[in-house]
Amino acid sequence: MPESLPIVEMVGISIAFPGVKALDGVGLRLFPGEVHTLMGENGAGKSTLIKALTGVYKIDDGEIRIAGEPRRLGGTADAQHAGISTVYQEVNLCANLTIGENVMLGHEVRGAAGINWRATHRAAGATLAKLGLGHLDPRRPLATLPLALQQLVAISRSMVAECKVLILDEPTSSLDANEVEQLFTVIRGLRDQGVAILFVSHFLDQVYAISDRLTVLRNGRFEGEYRTSELERAQLIAKMIGKDLAVLKSLDAKESRRVRTDEAPLYAATGLGRKGAVEAVDIELHRGEVVGLAGLLGSGRTELARLIYGADRPDTGEVAVDGEPTEITTPAKALAHRIAFSSENRRDEGIVRDLTVRENLVLAVQARRGWARPLPRREQDAIVAKYVSALGVRPADPERPVRLLSGGNQQKVLLGRWLATDPEILILDEPTRGIDVGAKAEIQEYVADLADDGLAVLFISSEIEEVVRQSDRIVVLKDHRKIAELEGGPGVSAESIVTVIAEDGLGDPSADTAVREEATT
Amino acid sequence: MSTLTTAPPAPTGARALVKRLSLHLDTLPTGAAVVIFIGMIVYGEAAYGRIVQFNTLSNLLINNAHLIILTVGLTFVILTGGIDLSVGAVIAFSSVAGVMLMNAGWNPWIAMALMVLIGTAFGAASGVLVQYFHVQPFIATLAMMFLGRGLASILSTVPERLADDNPVRGLGTQIKLYDGPKVNDIAITPGVVIAAVVVAAAFFVLHRTRTGRTVYAIGGSEQSAALMGLPVVATKMWVYIISGSLAGLAAVVYTARLGSAQNITGIGWELDAIAAAVIGGTLLTGGAGFVLGSVVGALVLGLMNVLITRDGSIPPEATTIITGGILLVFVLLQRAVLARRRE
Repeated sequence: MPESLPIVEMVGISIAFPGVKALDGVGLRLFPGEVHTLMGENGAGKSTLIKALTGVYKIDDGEIRIAGEPRRLGGTADAQHAGISTVYQEVNLCANLTIGENVMLGHEVRGAAGINWRATHRAAGATLAKLGLGHLDPRRPLATLPLALQQLVAISRSMVAECKVLILDEPTSSLDANEVEQLFTVIRGLRDQGVAILFVSHFLDQVYAISDRLTVLRNGRFEGEYRTSELERAQLIAKMIGKDLAVLKSLDAKESRRVRTDEAPLYAATGLGRKGAVEAVDIELHRGEVVGLAGLLGSGRTELARLIYGADRPDTGEVAVDGEPTEITTPAKALAHRIAFSSENRRDEGIVRDLTVRENLVLAVQARRGWARPLPRREQDAIVAKYVSALGVRPADPERPVRLLSGGNQQKVLLGRWLATDPEILILDEPTRGIDVGAKAEIQEYVADLADDGLAVLFISSEIEEVVRQSDRIVVLKDHRKIAELEGGPGVSAESIVTVIAEDGLGDPSADTAVREEATT
Repeated sequence: MSTLTTAPPAPTGARALVKRLSLHLDTLPTGAAVVIFIGMIVYGEAAYGRIVQFNTLSNLLINNAHLIILTVGLTFVILTGGIDLSVGAVIAFSSVAGVMLMNAGWNPWIAMALMVLIGTAFGAASGVLVQYFHVQPFIATLAMMFLGRGLASILSTVPERLADDNPVRGLGTQIKLYDGPKVNDIAITPGVVIAAVVVAAAFFVLHRTRTGRTVYAIGGSEQSAALMGLPVVATKMWVYIISGSLAGLAAVVYTARLGSAQNITGIGWELDAIAAAVIGGTLLTGGAGFVLGSVVGALVLGLMNVLITRDGSIPPEATTIITGGILLVFVLLQRAVLARRRE
């Protein structure tokens, strides 16, 4: 590829938040017709750098040059005028509007009588079709689409704005393999049209599949810029975490725990189900055991977890905790049985953005005590000190609002919140989604330690490899029902689980008609 | 997966209606309001008679023109997820100030313009408090409500009568469009025309301009709207200015009809307007609702008063209980719709 002039050049960018320097003299160059990946652990400053480029944060020092011209970006609208569009990890669209309107908001086709809806929807349809989404009706409400398709709609939106620079901030974290491939086809198409693309992802395979150039950040500092073809994976990871890979490897090499499944289960459900969510499932959780839930997006993993926790009320089934028959119909009852549930939806159902790390950590403990009996500050500090250090929350400032932390550190705070309630059963729904390798390894290691300490853990992840590595036993779900239960061990791998899912229903002619679009979920 | 060049043929008849309804679950509460409104008319006609008559329906519009204008303003604010509690007090201050100025010899038209501008100023102040000082809309507009009520009471605590020859009274004069037998006339007032223009303009702004769509986007997710590069700050300022200005305009229309102004005018009207918007299908959390629905909501409240008066056996004191009951039914309906949408 010929070396052309960069369309975006960021030089010596520094941004300080109260008490911490988020970026310190970081540089970034984006070239037209190139996919550039920004790599770094959580808290390394990737999001901050992107927000500097999109005008969300003001830079304290340094210069942003766009097409050679120094620019001051005062806000998202400014950045969009400069040709910079962004698609965020969390879908930032308006669920109350139609698909077409979300694509076209701010760019509606206008005629003499105001917005011409017919033309606007047609333009939206044409844009969607470019992404291979021509089958979507622009007049349907956005809320009818699953999260993954919403993400693609968000990308369509950025294409309406005739962008020269497209920033994709972890766009793949909620997509399945097919959707990722579809997205990559689009990215390559845009690249060939001369768009400069800034890509952020924690999936190394994806990074190597799509990017031409890499910039690595660590602790808010610039580590280096490399051509992807000239940097090996191991080197990349070493640069990101600033240490060797022993941490990761030790986890892989860990001997599987001895789980006494012959002992009575801590939690046992038979025929647990809810109409429209999960068909009757039998599931047992033992002390000291990690049970994985594997399945594709929309297979009913989260729905099952919510039933166990009582977030949704089960219609059918019997539940016994510690051998005692009981009913768990509300989260409060689950908490009373010392069951804790960490939701996949970190932003809406997890952390409280404006509260501090300390307040978020003690929230569940406080809720269990009741609001009439505030937790003494000394106990709060003890909880905070314990989990901030045990989980490695960075920055280790308990009075910092959680919204200022990176995604991985927010997840650690969330995990800490539930651990502080001293649960016996811990349900983790996508605890490592959108988290870098370093933090992921830390959380995985911590989960393994928890099981060693006698907790029963139900572990959910859309990365099947991760489920396999983490779990002693794996429950496989498909189309809202349990299709298999596998003992973890050398015989089980991601491939074998995929095979189980793929082969299920073969030879059953009625199964073909049961294949539905995910959109129905 | 191929490019979509031709629109699918539009289905016709009842199936099309069902399809449209299933596509737009948001319209369900508004549809329900229309059904209830028609139901109330049918019941009223059957039980008391003389409801489906030109003069009854004309009076319904004439007597509720100010409420319709208020409700339109509230609809803008509620669509963004905000609230404006100050409108009732703005009416009191604006109308007392306007009448006193006119009685002091001001040009009535200039005084009327000032009445509207007083509302604009209150709205702008609420908007600044909400947007730049990050005060909760509830608190900011509550403060403006106390301010407006206080200012009105400082000006006067007795009814201020508008002179009989004041041209403003012309806005409240009935114009017969059709002279029916036994006073069964079709009549309107300029106030009704003003309300109709306001409704039409609001409909155009909300459905046909980028500002209007930004209002809906903010109600859906303010953060997303900002990240999409939409002018969130300016739009939120605008909705409070619109609400305040329309409160000022409602003061003009109401004063013209009544012919006097008092500092206790409009107590609780902000809640009537909110109730009308909610009954008309506007979601209090923002992002869903229609200005035409709000009009229906206002007419439902107005018609309810008519029916209670006609019935005679219901004590007027019970009116608020019935309003509350209707409101509750609609809020529950909205909860059900929201729950459906989450699935």
